[in-house]
Amino acid sequence: MTEPVATKQRSVFARLHLRERIRDRDQAIYGVLLIVAVVFPLASLYATDSTFLVSQAGHAGTFVLLAIGLNVVVGFAGLLDLGYAAFFAIGAYTYALFASAQLAASPLHHAYHLPFWLMMFVGLFVAAAFGAVLGFPTLRLRGDYLAIVTLGFGEIVPQLFLNLDQWTGGINAVGGIDQPTLPAWITGPWAGANDIAIVRDFNFSFDPIAYYVLIVILVIIAVILVSNLYRSRLGRAWMAIREDEVAAAAMGINTVTTKLLAFAIGASFSGFAGAYYGASFGLVSPDSFLFVVSVTVLVMVVLGGMGNITGVIVGALVIYFILNSVIPSLPAAVESFASTVGLGSLNDRNGDWPGLAGETQRLQFLVYGLILVLMMLLRPQGIFPSRVREQELKHAAVLEEETVVEQAQAG
Amino acid sequence: MRTARVGGLSVADIGFWSLCLAAVVLLATQAVINPRLFVQILIFGLADGAIFALVALGYTMVYGIIELINFAHGDVFTFAAYIGAAILGLFTVNENSFTVLNLLVLAGVFPVVMLVMGGINITIERIAYRPLRNAPRLAPLITAIGMSFLIEGIMFLWHGPATVHFPDILPHGPGFQTTINGVFFTFKDVFVVVAAIILVSLLAVFITRSKLGKAMRATAQDRDAAQLMGIDINRTIAATFFIGAVLAGAGGIIWGLYFNTVYYNLGFRTGLVAFTAAVFGGIGNIPGAALGGLLIGLVQAFSDAYIGSKWTEVVIFGILIGVLVFRPTGLLGMRVPDK
Repeated sequence: MTEPVATKQRSVFARLHLRERIRDRDQAIYGVLLIVAVVFPLASLYATDSTFLVSQAGHAGTFVLLAIGLNVVVGFAGLLDLGYAAFFAIGAYTYALFASAQLAASPLHHAYHLPFWLMMFVGLFVAAAFGAVLGFPTLRLRGDYLAIVTLGFGEIVPQLFLNLDQWTGGINAVGGIDQPTLPAWITGPWAGANDIAIVRDFNFSFDPIAYYVLIVILVIIAVILVSNLYRSRLGRAWMAIREDEVAAAAMGINTVTTKLLAFAIGASFSGFAGAYYGASFGLVSPDSFLFVVSVTVLVMVVLGGMGNITGVIVGALVIYFILNSVIPSLPAAVESFASTVGLGSLNDRNGDWPGLAGETQRLQFLVYGLILVLMMLLRPQGIFPSRVREQELKHAAVLEEETVVEQAQAG
Repeated sequence: MRTARVGGLSVADIGFWSLCLAAVVLLATQAVINPRLFVQILIFGLADGAIFALVALGYTMVYGIIELINFAHGDVFTFAAYIGAAILGLFTVNENSFTVLNLLVLAGVFPVVMLVMGGINITIERIAYRPLRNAPRLAPLITAIGMSFLIEGIMFLWHGPATVHFPDILPHGPGFQTTINGVFFTFKDVFVVVAAIILVSLLAVFITRSKLGKAMRATAQDRDAAQLMGIDINRTIAATFFIGAVLAGAGGIIWGLYFNTVYYNLGFRTGLVAFTAAVFGGIGNIPGAALGGLLIGLVQAFSDAYIGSKWTEVVIFGILIGVLVFRPTGLLGMRVPDK
């Protein structure tokens, strides 16, 4: 009786073209993203004659990295991390403290200027270590307790960086952070030079294009790493835990170690992103790592499609665009619309009413809330859901149907 | 899981209780050094703790019945204060002396706001949680965060980032405060604690005596079995949300009357602290939440006074993490089902 089921399985598998379909769509999205990544800086430089959009894109890239990392925790392993910004802060401060004059004013009385390329990995390991330290005692708890522990941790960490002002400068932030340097770099018309040439002893300083190239490379490395993890034994273990922890444990998966790895690996990406953030902004302050940042990254992951890397990247870019382009440009648009419609009086400030423009500026929280609620209710799988998961669900349904038919025939 | 045990107690328990003991000993030495200051802080802490207790009850009831951390609860609490301030703004209440109008408005604003908040919370449950009752656990948790941001967003649209003044209509001023043995307290302190005691007692009576309360306890214990016994699960869960919001609504008004300022994201921190209180007392455990609320209020007051207010947040969330790690069942404990 076992053999016919096995052949059925194979035939269903072949009929759905599981592998081919996954490869097709995700590869198409990767291709489009890659082309956009190359064309975007050139096009925006040509069109606007300023590097503003490129530096914005570099900042968006930080969030793409964060979303890819949080996706490992939330999307793959199904653990809700509400304090993800804490690991981001740890990465950023690790770099900022050891690559600026800050520690000269601390009880250490010695400023360290370690190179960015080294500190990027140090930040990665420090964040991962904190993830492991936090995760070790808490990951045996139930899922929603974990959410609360991470939320508490996310509140404590920025507060600590604020309070330990002897070391971190507290509210004054850490400034004057070193920029990455490279022995050689290519310059050309896009960077204001006349000809394409090789520069020796290149300092990134505040060159948006150099940072853009760096973040694109970092994102590509992250995507390769994470998609390999996803297909690995560990990735399958994560998904088994996400679907049913008890069943996964019964199948011989060490759930605590597996969850701990998800937590630490997820944290390491934000450590990575933190170091980049510190270098590209040159300033790290405790109030850039509040709960809102954790929620923003979570919204990116949920909207894009939990568990699907391409979806998460697109989600991160869409949310970043909404927050940094659409909402800031709304007030002016709404004002001019109201004037043309004849509701111009709404534009004026009046007592408690801040005017239509002021009111639209306040939309951010509402937009976050609506996205989270509506996505979970209407399309919990996200814009680009994980194709494997979708197919697996369909596959299971087909199998079940066939078994029923088979049993009916046999009976 | 295998736990190391010493004489019937697990190592984690020993750690937990010795930490509690250490805190009590430290406080006792402070009480001996300066008893007046100690009692003064105790009074501040009790008033704060009474409000936290009211909010914590909503968290613990909802968690007890559907195992959901209702992140929006803290914002329901804040929203109550916003609506209360708006209602008081409609009447020309006298903030300088206590008039008959003040008394009438005070007596009216409580039931109105409590009912409105109950209705809002039932709507939230109906829209955001009920459709996801059989979905993976992550889903309602995320909509709860979404609802929290939605309510904050509404309050943000309403009054913006500035603080909102809540009319100071309770009797206050020289005639309504006194100093006994060098300890200063006001009518407001007494009012807050008495109001909270009344509300918690009413809740206790309701839960233990009424039919609906019995249905709630049954549903919390075993939803399927309760359904088989003919209990309308949806109605019972909606009632739980209603009562939780009624208490949070009262808490919001009391907060407004006591502190006289509210702001749109007050609920985030208050909610988190109240949730800590619920976990501290043993989540799902109603007397535990009341006790936890009072204790967290005291912890906050003592930490403000003896450690420094900038460390209070670290202390409270440190307690949260510590309790979850060492004793997830909290002080009074609760059966934690693993589904």
